[in-house]
Amino acid sequence: MARKVSTRRKLIMSAIAWTLGILIFFPILWTFITSFKTEAEAVASPPSFLFFHWTTENYAQVQERSDYFLHFMNSVVVSLGSTFLGLLIAIPAAWAMAFSPTKRTKDVLMWMLSTKMMPPVGALIPIYLIFRDGGLLDTRTGLVIVLTLINLPIIVWMLYTYFKEIPGEILEAARMDGASLPKEIVYVLTPMAVPGIASTLLLNIILSWNEAFWTLNLSASKAAPLTAFIASYSSPEGLFYAKLSAASTMAIAPILIMGWFSQKQLVRGLTFGAVK
Amino acid sequence: MGSITLRNVSKVFGEAKVIPSIDLDIEDGEFVVFVGPSGCGKSTLLRLIAGLEDVSGGEIVIDGKPATDAPPARRGLAMVFQSYALYPHMSVRSNIAFPLKMAGMDKAEIDRKVADAAKVLNLTDYLERKPRQLSGGQRQRVAIGRAIVRQPKAFLFDEPLSNLDAALRVNMRLEISELHQQLQTTMIYVTHDQVEAMTMADKIVVLNKGRIEQVGSPLDLYRKPANLFVAGFIGSPKMNLIEGAYAEAKGAKTVGIRPEHMVLSHDSGSWTGTVTIAEHLGSDTFMHIEVDGIGTVTARANGDFACRHGDRVYITPDENRLYRFDEKGLAL
Repeated sequence: MARKVSTRRKLIMSAIAWTLGILIFFPILWTFITSFKTEAEAVASPPSFLFFHWTTENYAQVQERSDYFLHFMNSVVVSLGSTFLGLLIAIPAAWAMAFSPTKRTKDVLMWMLSTKMMPPVGALIPIYLIFRDGGLLDTRTGLVIVLTLINLPIIVWMLYTYFKEIPGEILEAARMDGASLPKEIVYVLTPMAVPGIASTLLLNIILSWNEAFWTLNLSASKAAPLTAFIASYSSPEGLFYAKLSAASTMAIAPILIMGWFSQKQLVRGLTFGAVK
Repeated sequence: MGSITLRNVSKVFGEAKVIPSIDLDIEDGEFVVFVGPSGCGKSTLLRLIAGLEDVSGGEIVIDGKPATDAPPARRGLAMVFQSYALYPHMSVRSNIAFPLKMAGMDKAEIDRKVADAAKVLNLTDYLERKPRQLSGGQRQRVAIGRAIVRQPKAFLFDEPLSNLDAALRVNMRLEISELHQQLQTTMIYVTHDQVEAMTMADKIVVLNKGRIEQVGSPLDLYRKPANLFVAGFIGSPKMNLIEGAYAEAKGAKTVGIRPEHMVLSHDSGSWTGTVTIAEHLGSDTFMHIEVDGIGTVTARANGDFACRHGDRVYITPDENRLYRFDEKGLAL
């Protein structure tokens, strides 16, 4: 029997949910609003919320000062590149671990995950030196490689969880139904694995897009993605809140839009296959 | 034609000898049930026949041809799994058509066969649905449909009714029996439920710890159990197994009496006892009775026999229907 929920209880729950939602969303909203203010209004105290002189001047200046399109393309190349390269390595790896596990499979998975527990700065110097000597500093190739490596454990784990969910009996049923291995892969395995791969792909694009530590440290100008583009507005000539906000809005807009359109897949991805 | 022969078939998983050695002949068109407690190796044996597991020794002959090393796809057998194992991304139609598509049959022929199978199984209205939109019984029928379309040499059922509720299980049991009557194809059916075994089988294979305890028709096993294990496993409620002075007097280590082979009375009889539990089913009453000098016994009485917890009753076992077993548990 379903529990009866009183109207009052519903109202309170909605109020709490909305408060939390607004609290989380507020910084993004504030950034967005600030990007349309003049620098003076941006630092005015008390700040005005909606009643100020709206201007798109910041966007024009940001575009003029730094080449948004170049950084945007860098972000696209680096996040897509590292995601596809990561999937290329992780799909066979997760596949093997899910369908023909050995005694050490769990340990290998744990060990891979444990690399994510290490503070990245601990590996910065050696990686920086390797990049310097290998001529990879400030190159898209270098960023693709490093982002692939840092996200690989998560990609493998996610795919492993998805592949684990594919019941072995269904594959056996296909074999009994006369499917050869290639046909089994094409008609049964792939269609069942694709939703999991898609969620992993989306989540990983977002992770790579937002990754700031390595991209900031290993790129300067040529290969710098949008994270570096935002950062460039934060210090050298003092703080320019309005321009910084405009740059931030331009940097997060693409990924926010992509996230919005792929909500369904993403939620599945973030719950790590826990909810069927 | 679908005869299946097993010769010295064995299966070892690591250190564990799941099936030491089995010889079995299954005739064409027979309904054979593998029955036994969980872990007795019945599912493993079925999977060996299917080719989903490799044998560790011995040989399997299907339809007169050696099949020991043939992959599952080449054995011409169809299997229905406990979990149904339907393809979740395909419609009911595509699920049923899948084996035909794999066999490279042309589209028109596939459509005709799928329509026929759907009609037999009352699935015609559900052909465009996905498996998740079906009830448990319907899913099971789709799994059976997928098995019957390509006219296999034999059907293998791996506990197909375990996931269904009691009422549906009885229905599906009848449907599968009817299907066997219609198709006359060899069927091998694995279950731990002796009622399913008794009601469906032409031939029951009772397995225990990877060994065959007895092979025979349901009534053969009921009337002439070869040993204590079969005696205790076949029949519901279970046969009473009595040891001690009473058994020795009959010249045996153990004496077995089925609950239905005892006469109960309020006035007279050879044993007396106190009713501990009375289960009233309406038609029958099953009584658990603490019999003086014998121990706890289960007896079946007519549903009209009035009794309650704590009543004193008289019990007379039918002396002509006693089963006697020796020290090793073999029937005398």
